[in-house]
Amino acid sequence: MYDAVPASAPASAELAPSTAGEPVWRTVARTAFPFIVVGAVWETVARLGVFPPRLFPSLEVVASAFIRLTANGILPHHALDTVIRLLAGFGLAAAAGMAIGIAMGRSRRAEDVFLPLVSIGAPIPGIAYAPLFLLWFGLGNVSAVLLVGFVSAFPVIFNTWTGVKAVKEIWLRSAQAMGADDRALFRHVILPGALPYILTGLRLGLAQAWRILVGVEMLAAVPWGLGWLIFGAREFLNTDVMLAGVAVIGIIGLALEKLVFQRLERFTVVRWGMMT
Amino acid sequence: MSAGERTRSLRRAAVTLLAAAAAYEAIARSGVFPPALLPTLPAVARALVTTVLDGTMLNHAFHTLYRVLAGFALAITVALPLGILMARFRAVENFFLPLASALMPIPSLAWVPVFILWFGLGDIVAILIVFYAATFPMLLNTWSGVRAVNPLWLRAAGAMGADERALFWKVMIPGAFPFIITGVRQAFLRSWIAVVGAEMIAASNWGLGWVIFDAKEFLNADVMLASLVVIGAIGFVFERLVFGSLERATVLRWGMVRAAKG
Repeated sequence: MYDAVPASAPASAELAPSTAGEPVWRTVARTAFPFIVVGAVWETVARLGVFPPRLFPSLEVVASAFIRLTANGILPHHALDTVIRLLAGFGLAAAAGMAIGIAMGRSRRAEDVFLPLVSIGAPIPGIAYAPLFLLWFGLGNVSAVLLVGFVSAFPVIFNTWTGVKAVKEIWLRSAQAMGADDRALFRHVILPGALPYILTGLRLGLAQAWRILVGVEMLAAVPWGLGWLIFGAREFLNTDVMLAGVAVIGIIGLALEKLVFQRLERFTVVRWGMMT
Repeated sequence: MSAGERTRSLRRAAVTLLAAAAAYEAIARSGVFPPALLPTLPAVARALVTTVLDGTMLNHAFHTLYRVLAGFALAITVALPLGILMARFRAVENFFLPLASALMPIPSLAWVPVFILWFGLGDIVAILIVFYAATFPMLLNTWSGVRAVNPLWLRAAGAMGADERALFWKVMIPGAFPFIITGVRQAFLRSWIAVVGAEMIAASNWGLGWVIFDAKEFLNADVMLASLVVIGAIGFVFERLVFGSLERATVLRWGMVRAAKG
């Protein structure tokens, strides 16, 4: 359930297109082309009436559901609640995970205490804990937030721990020789040194939180939330609403990756020249 | 780590686990929480043994494994060739990369209700959800792995007279293998999450995810914890034994990656 960063194993794929020096309009056209093809196929199948239109709505119907629900504020409300839940859970995980990870990296005793507990909890997929949390904390927000926090803490802990241990001994010693006290050592050497790993951990944690949050919302019967919107729409065969909800989920997921993490990375570790 | 340190670490780990178990047991026995919600460890062990002995747990595990392996195999058959094609041919990459980037941020579980409407309740939904979850890590890792093959190796092999086929099988595939194995591992982790979630939401009659969710209705926390143990054990076996030995037999032996720490 965790992906630590192995020293020389390949990093996860970067979605960089392999072309450069191309006019902008060509890039746009090239990117849009597959969507147009898939959209056309979808539209043809929907209009041919092979499947009942309730189950396989045309794109026009999905778009109009999207616009209608956005205009009357229902979709933004669902999306906002989902994002708040995600951030609350992930905030918990980031704070607790980094604290535990740093303690494990710095102290042998903490490592011996926490490592067995974390190694036992980590291989169980997060969503499997959902019914247990529902039983213990009841249906609703508390369970959802705690579960998301619990699950996304594991990658944060593992990577922070690895990162703190990967700080070069010689940096610590030279800082000490130059008279750094414990606090300065931590703030100016250990934290920046471990940051590439910590960021990887946060990124994996957020991705994991995002992956299970939607499922948890379906199970936990929260009053608002995109998962609940999709799940509830099934009862009334509102496939258009479901697909509009899925589209919003995709947009939020893409925004998390592009706006939050790639930017954070550019401002910190890339600028310091620790990663390219 | 020296031998003395290792035994000390092991001893401390054992002490931690025993202390955690004792603390749990004390809370469970103190009666602060109802025993139906917080069963004692012997009760959990009894539930595990009973369900394993009467075969229900094995049947659940069998159904879950069938779904996850079917979806996973399907994902590999589609994503592996497609990833290689994407890396080799610009046109294929141009077509599939934008689609993959758009679909990837959508968690597989979001599709469960849609798939239930389309395919009805049952095995097909779970298999397709696993397929969706496993395809993207597999596809992207294969793609970047083939692209990352050192061009020098290709030229060297070409200069030594390798034809297209030899180049593909002897250089490109082994060269991309560290990435492919990473992809297989990530894909399995995601499949394992997806199958449990899909079984809970698309309730069928068998499956480890379903049994946990169903036990909630009857407040059988002991059965839930017993199934959690089974889920964790199967996940651990696949991650460490199956993929770990696959890695040892290939890329580690070829000296392409160092053994990962921890």
